[in-house]
Order: sequence, then C-alpha cells, then structure tokens
Amino acid sequence: MKNTEEIVTRALARDVDLPGGAGTMVLITLDNGHDHTKPSTFGAGGLASLDEALTAVEGRTDVVAVGLTGKPFIFAVGADLKGAAAITTREQALEVGRLGHAVFRRLGELGIPSFAFVNGAAMGGGLEVALHCTYRTISSGVPAVALPECFLGLIPGWGGTRLLPHLIGPERALKLIIENPLSQNRMIKGPEAFALGVADAIFDPADFLEESLRWASAVLRGEITVDRPAYADQDWSGPITQARGLVDLKLRGASPAPYRALDLLAAARTATRDEGFALEDEALADLIVGDELKAGLYSFDLVQRRAKRPAGAPDSALARPVTKVGLVGAGLMASQLALLFVRRLRVPVVLTDLDQARVDKGVDYVRTEVDKLLAKRRITSDEANRLKSLVSGSLTKDAFADADFVIEAVFEDLAVKRKVFAEVEEVVSDTCVLATNTSSLSITAMAEGLRRPERVVGFHFFNPVAILPLLEIIRGDETDDATLATALATGKALRKSCVLVKDAPGFVVNRLLTRFMGEVTAAVDEGTPLETADHAVDPLGLPMSPFALLQLVGPAVALHVSETMHAAYPARFPVSENLRKLVSAGKPGVFHPDFTPDPEAAALFTGGDSPSDAEAVRRRALAALAEEVQIMLEEGVVAAREDIDLCMLLGAGWPFHLGGITPYLTRVGLLP
Amino acid sequence: MPSREVVFVDGVRTPFGRSGPKGVYAETRADDLIVRVVRELLRRNPALPPERVDEVAIAATTQIGDQGLTIGRSVAVLAGLPKSVPGYAIDRMCAGAMTAVTTVAGGIAFGAYDVAIAGGVEHMGRHPMGEGVDPNPRFLAEKLVDPSALVMGMTAENLHDRYPSITKERADAYAVASQEKFAKACADGRIQPDLVPTAVRGAERGWGLATADEPPRPGTTLEALAGLKTPFRPHGRVTAGNSAGINDGATGCVVAARETAEELGLTARMRLVSYAYAGVDPEVMGAGPIPATERALRLAGLSIGDIGLFEVNEAFAVQVLAFLEHFGIADDDPRVNRYGGAIAVGHPLASSGVRLMTQLSRQFAEEPRIRYGMTTMCVGMGMGATVIWENLA
Repeated sequence: MKNTEEIVTRALARDVDLPGGAGTMVLITLDNGHDHTKPSTFGAGGLASLDEALTAVEGRTDVVAVGLTGKPFIFAVGADLKGAAAITTREQALEVGRLGHAVFRRLGELGIPSFAFVNGAAMGGGLEVALHCTYRTISSGVPAVALPECFLGLIPGWGGTRLLPHLIGPERALKLIIENPLSQNRMIKGPEAFALGVADAIFDPADFLEESLRWASAVLRGEITVDRPAYADQDWSGPITQARGLVDLKLRGASPAPYRALDLLAAARTATRDEGFALEDEALADLIVGDELKAGLYSFDLVQRRAKRPAGAPDSALARPVTKVGLVGAGLMASQLALLFVRRLRVPVVLTDLDQARVDKGVDYVRTEVDKLLAKRRITSDEANRLKSLVSGSLTKDAFADADFVIEAVFEDLAVKRKVFAEVEEVVSDTCVLATNTSSLSITAMAEGLRRPERVVGFHFFNPVAILPLLEIIRGDETDDATLATALATGKALRKSCVLVKDAPGFVVNRLLTRFMGEVTAAVDEGTPLETADHAVDPLGLPMSPFALLQLVGPAVALHVSETMHAAYPARFPVSENLRKLVSAGKPGVFHPDFTPDPEAAALFTGGDSPSDAEAVRRRALAALAEEVQIMLEEGVVAAREDIDLCMLLGAGWPFHLGGITPYLTRVGLLP
Repeated sequence: MPSREVVFVDGVRTPFGRSGPKGVYAETRADDLIVRVVRELLRRNPALPPERVDEVAIAATTQIGDQGLTIGRSVAVLAGLPKSVPGYAIDRMCAGAMTAVTTVAGGIAFGAYDVAIAGGVEHMGRHPMGEGVDPNPRFLAEKLVDPSALVMGMTAENLHDRYPSITKERADAYAVASQEKFAKACADGRIQPDLVPTAVRGAERGWGLATADEPPRPGTTLEALAGLKTPFRPHGRVTAGNSAGINDGATGCVVAARETAEELGLTARMRLVSYAYAGVDPEVMGAGPIPATERALRLAGLSIGDIGLFEVNEAFAVQVLAFLEHFGIADDDPRVNRYGGAIAVGHPLASSGVRLMTQLSRQFAEEPRIRYGMTTMCVGMGMGATVIWENLA
C-alpha cells in the first residue's frame, strides 16, 4: 500500500495555555503544507503523523485536553483518493479501514476530552475524525460539510456510520450519509451542520479559534455542559426503511455502497464501538476493491480534472474577448440561453426573432427569471438591475453589428440555419463567432457558402440549460483555432464543462441516447410489453427509465433526432413507426403528464410478435451502446473514451457507478 | 471647554510579542491582531450595540501591506461591524493610538460622534521601523534636523547628554524596576484581565494561542544589564536592557460621550480632562512629554502635584527619567508606572498609547480616592503627547 505520491497531512502539535486557567491543551493542526487550493487529506503518512502526535499526548500527565483543527479555510477533506485508487487487494483495503479506525478512535479514548475545532471544509474522513472527538465547534463560515462517500461508491468507514447516528440521531445521520450524497452530492454549510447537531457550538470565522478555545475552557471547567440524547433508546427502523426506499428509487440496486451504509446504520444502534468499526472495515474492504468505487473514482477524476481541461483544445491565448452576444431566436431555448449568457458573461445580449411579440416574450422571460433570483435573494437589486439592463430585443439583425459571438437557436432545419447565418454574416465583423445550438445537424454543412466558414462552431447545450453542466463544442471542417478557443473560453465563462467533439451526427450524448432508446423502442415494436422494456435497464441505476426520458425530451424531438441519425447510419438507427404514431397522436409520451401509464399511448405500439424478456432487452441495448462507442472512437468523434464518459456523466446525468458508461461496458465484457 | 464630556469605557490589547522570526506573531497578520481586539471590545461590552459605533480610528506607523488599506475601515469590515460603521487610519508614530483616542474624543466633544473605537497596531516584525520611508534630502542639506534624529536610540543618547545627571546606572536601575513592577503586576492579576487571547499560526508549528506577553524578562538584574552593548554610541548609555524592544501588538478602546455611556449603560471609567501635543528638537525627541504635559496641565487648570498616577511610556529609561527630573519626581515614585512599563512589556509603536490608558483605568479602579491621572509618551521626529484623565471609579 505504499503510496509515494501522498501529500502528507502533518499533525502539528503545540501546547496551548487555555483561557481561564483551565490548563494545557495540546492543539493539533492538520496541515499538508499547501494553501487551501490543495485541501488536507489522510493517507497512510497522514494517519501515522496524527498517531504519533496522539502517542506524545498519551505520554504526558500535564495535559487536560486535546484539540484538533485545520489549516486556514480547510479542516480536512477525507481519505487520499489517489491512494485508495491504487489499492488492488481486499487485504490492503481492509488495512485502510483498520488503520483509520486505529488512529481516529484514539481521539475518543485518550482518557482526557478531545475537541475538534472545525474551521473549514470537513468532508468524509475529515468529518469522521471530528466525530471521534468528545466535542466539536464549527465556524459559521465553513462552506462545506459532507460525507460524500456514498456518492463515490464508498461508505463513511472510519467511524461515520457508527458515531454519527448516535451523535445526531438516525434521521439526521441518514440525511448526511445517504440523502445528500445521492442528491448530486449536496454539501451543507457550517450553520446547517450546527443545526443538525454535528457541532456543539458555532462561532464566527473572525475569531473562531480563540472563541472555540474559550468555549473548550468553559467546558473543561464545568461551566458549560453538553447534553447527548440517548438515541440508542429510540427505534431506528422507521427512518432506515424510509431511506432504503429513497435509495431504491434512485439506484434500483445498481450500486452497493448506499445499501451497505444502510445496513451499517441499522447495526449501529446496538453495536459496540468495536463491532461497529469492524463492520465498517469489512464494508470498506468489499467496496474499495469493487467495480463501482473504481468507476466512481474514475468519474470523480473526470469531472474534477478532465472537464476543466478539454482534450484537444487549441491554445487558450487565441480566444477573442466576447463583449456582446447576439441570439437568433427568442423561443424558450433561446430565452434560457439569453439568461445564462447575461448571468455568467454579464455582457449585452440581444435577442432577435421574426415578430415583436416573440421578441418581447423572450426578453420578458429573462427579466422575470432575474426578478425571481432577486426574490430568492440570490442576487442583489443592483445586480438585478444590471442583468435586466443587459438583455434587449430587436426585430433586425443590425443589432448584432458589434457582437463578438452570435448563437442561433432556431428550428432544426439546415436550410433555415444557413439562411440565418448568411443574414448574420451581412452585419457582423469578420471575427464574430457564429455558434449553433444544433443537436444533430452538421456544422460543416451549416457553414457552407458563408464568406467566412471558419468562424462557425457547434455549441450544444443540454436541457435544462441551467442545470446540466455539459457543453459539446463541435469543430466543423473549416472551424479555425481562434473560433474554437473563443467557444471554449465562452463555455468556461458560462461555467459549463466543455468537451470537444468532431462534426459527426448526433455528436456524443444524443447519438448514444438515441441508439440506446432505439434498441429499447425496437424491442417494444417487436412485441415486448412496454413496461418490461422500460424497466429492463433498471439494474443500471440510470437517472430515469428510457420512456421517462422520451417523455422529458418529447416524442417529436426524439423522432426528429432519430430520423437524422437514421439518415446518417440507416443500419444502426431505425426509425420506429410506432414512435411516429405517438407523435401523430400528439401524445406527450407513453405516460400521462403525471407519469402514470397512458394505456392509449401504449396501445399505439403495435405490430410485433416476437417479444423479448427484460434480460434480452438489456443485453441488446448494452451491446448496441458498446458497438456505437467503438464506432465513435474509430471515427475519432472524441479524443478518447474518457470524453464519452464525461459527456454521459455531465450531459445525460448517467451515474458515477457506471463511470459514465465505458467502464461498465468493459466490466460486463462488451468493450475491450 | 468641550461641549460634551468624553469618557474612556474599556480598553483591551493582544499580548505583545517579540518581533522577528521566532516571535509569537511571526506569521500572524497585523490586521488580524487588531480585528481580534475590536471583536473582544464588543464582546466585553454587550451594552454597546455594534451599529452605535460611529467611528473606528486605528493607528499604525507603517501604513502599508496588512497595516494599510485604511486600516480602521478594513478592520471594521473584518471584525463584522455593520457596513454603516466608518473607519480611518491615523499616524503619529508612537503616539498613534493616543492620537486616535484624542481625535475621536474631539469629534465626540464636538457632537460628531457618540461612541467610537480607537486603537493602534504595530507589527514591527512584518514592518520594521523605517520600512519604505523616503526622507526629504532637505532635512539634512538644510540642517533642519540633526542626522541622529531619525535613529531613536541616538536621540536617547542625545537626551543623556542634555541631562548629564541621568547616568547609565540610573537608567539601568529604572529598567530593572520596570521589569520587577511588571512581574508583580502579572502575579497580582493586574495585566491578564485586559489581554485578549489571540490565535497565532506558524506553517511549521500549526495553530497556537498567545495568552501572555512575550517581551518581559523577569528577574533582570543590574549586573546583567551592565554588561549589555551600547549599540548607538561607543561607551554610550542606551542598551537593549534600558529601552523598549521591537514588538508586535494591538490595542483598542471604547470612547464615548458621557451622556451616551449613561444612555447605553456603559461603564465610564475615566473622563478626559485635557490633552496636548508638543514639538521639541527631533534629535532629543524623548524630551517631548515635558512641554506636552505642561500644556495639558495648563489646559486643565491643574498642576503636576494634582496628578495622582502617571503612565509614562518607556521608549527609553532616559526619557522617563528626564520627565521625572524635570517635574521633580523621584525615579521610584510609586505614582509612576505601577505596573512597570514598555521596557518590560514592549512597545509596538502605534499601539502603546491605549495600553497606558487601559492600565491607568485599572489603577484608578484600585484607587478610587485618586482623582487625576496622566498618560504621556514621546514621539519620533521630536514630539510629546499627554492626556490627563479624571477617575470615575
């Protein structure tokens, strides 16, 4: 388990003369020697350093308490993930759990009280080390408190599942251990952590440590006592059953970690410390060498690193400044884009459309949304005034004359889009970027016939624009580096994760989702009951079932995309006649708007006489995905398979435990 | 006559540190020190609503880096005072905090403020004396000042020349007494109550807490002092032992209109009677307290005999002794610097003035029968500063 790359978090111990004559505390600072941009983590070296510091304390008789705090802005953010990723055997994994427990538990077994002063971000093992202490204070400025293990495919296995429910009760512990990690890894701030009971006292950041030490001193002198409810006397089964329902709803059994966490929490009510910690060790050992954690860590790395440095990007110095944006179209998509551009770029954004009513509607949408942000106090009234003044509408494209970036979001029709770009080119400068939000049309084809086709680039957002972080940036045959660099810089300023994609039909996400959907739909067309087909892929733990996704996208759009894909690859992308019927019938999908089954819609799927079982549907859909991934890689649609995974994670919301998709396909033997 | 009476409500300070890489504040920012002081003043005086603070005047001699950026305003924001509370920076070298107090007092008397926070900070480790100064060449070319005027130790040697009766032995004896008096005051619990425990951090040592002053050298003997070097003049008289050191620290106090203190229920400990600043030849800046005190006494209509307690800043022993000799007070007069002085506890330039006031107010509380007290100090470039207070205990 030698991990030579570990940035060791040292436990720097120093005597502190506690105020009010309470005696001497050994105050330990966890510090990895870097600033807050490299948070302190625990690897084997870090644990050894803490162990050594605690051994030194145990050898003294003149110490009344131990304190634990972090370097500025960071308490500690858990286990060293690089080290965890390097583990190959169950024995090594078991050792990781045991080592963490062996060191951390000493904080609760020193014979003198221990205090954690949570001055900054505390996550995972960083929060667990605090839980081992007798008391905790927290700074009201702490930006993130979390046990994100279940999000990654782990469990809080250094004491978290045993200690937290006894400290704050099972419901609240489940919120931190299960519910938040499974809700896009939600983190809480200092005041909320205090309200949950994670900390016993809260102080302002300005003099957090001083006031924490004063509080500790008062506790030691008996002036302050902290009540600890006996949660073990309560019945924990209700909240645990409820949480299990939530996990089932989200994962359908696809990833083991949250289930293990639930089991550990259930056992924690009666388990002794020894028993609870031993159970955690076993769970960690199983999970660390499991495929889901590997996929989780891989995914985490992709979204943390690769997403920030798009593969194949040109020199960012080539990017031209964007000081004004033009938007062709004022429909819902265009309006959402306008809101995003105004909020993130804070430059003038002009919407154009064919008639004044549409233009007004688009502008009103942005202003109304800005007012909603103001009402929620997400922005100040000055900021609201600024943003609202930045958006305007125009019936003519003359308003684009001084724009640096014009994006079209008009009807998905090549001829229409070409005409739009030709008109825009009449008024804009030679260096203005022409971007298209097309989801499937060819960028190269769209640029044809323009005076400067090199300035056309694909800029493909995902719905809902405000939430899904992916932006596929598509380079046409003629697109030049400066245009691409400007598009990437703009995407980054919009706080999107950009992936560079070749100009190929459907790009990445729509191509794979359409292929996947096509197989499931084909199974229904062949006679498989709709319900069977729709639930056939449940074991993957996708965010929604295929027909729920169809409902979200809308059958008409799905049909249009599948026709486009069919035109490019007729053999692999059939167009379902039944889907056509669904569109003709004007149905929102196979469900009613409240997602209850619509028998009328289901009845439209006719004609098949060779039904498959769920297993066969799943195998077929996965095999199709694997085939398409391989073809895409051969075509060079993206630089590497990691980019495909990044797209599926960020654009389709596919789960970490699948690693996007290729790690899973490899695991089940469908990809090399 | 002031239109409104001005009172000193409460004063605190950080423990003082020795400047330099081994000092307790070596890696602590100056603004963090004074922020801590302001926070503690508000905490100790819950009757003072933060929004009632009308001004934050903070002194620093070197107003760059973490002592720059209009430190009074920066500190108000960093300390979490409402944004409606203004602040400013002030500088009169060693008398910075004292000037902060008298300046806001002037504003209170005039009716511009009801309550103000005044204080000072000097991190001489991060900002060594003379950092970034650019003296005008005319000073020397036109002999406006003596070349020794900008080196404080040389001005102290010059003062020995002016007062030949003040020998090195007298200076050393005074210094030993200062150390003894400070050690006794600590032992008697006179110092600790007004110290603000302050978090400190070192990259190699982690977080710690400064709870006591670092500069004092209890047990200092005459013999030990006799052997020290005289760095400012061969065979001179001024040594590190009979001077204040190079120190880091911050002080602050709440000053209010007497009527506002009554309205809010703040305890008024001292009433400002008069204050005065005066100039002397820069090369004997240590003589400054003498004319400043004469002026302050005249303004107050008092004589030196009316003053029952003196807090004289001890930049150098010789400068205190010159003051005492001028006014005919004995070197060991019990009215003078009962808790010892800067020779023991340190002198982080612009912060020292409020330390004198805080200690005077505590002595007043111990001696309710004493009516008047004085805080006085010498100032670089040849100045003196004196404030006379009335005991309200």
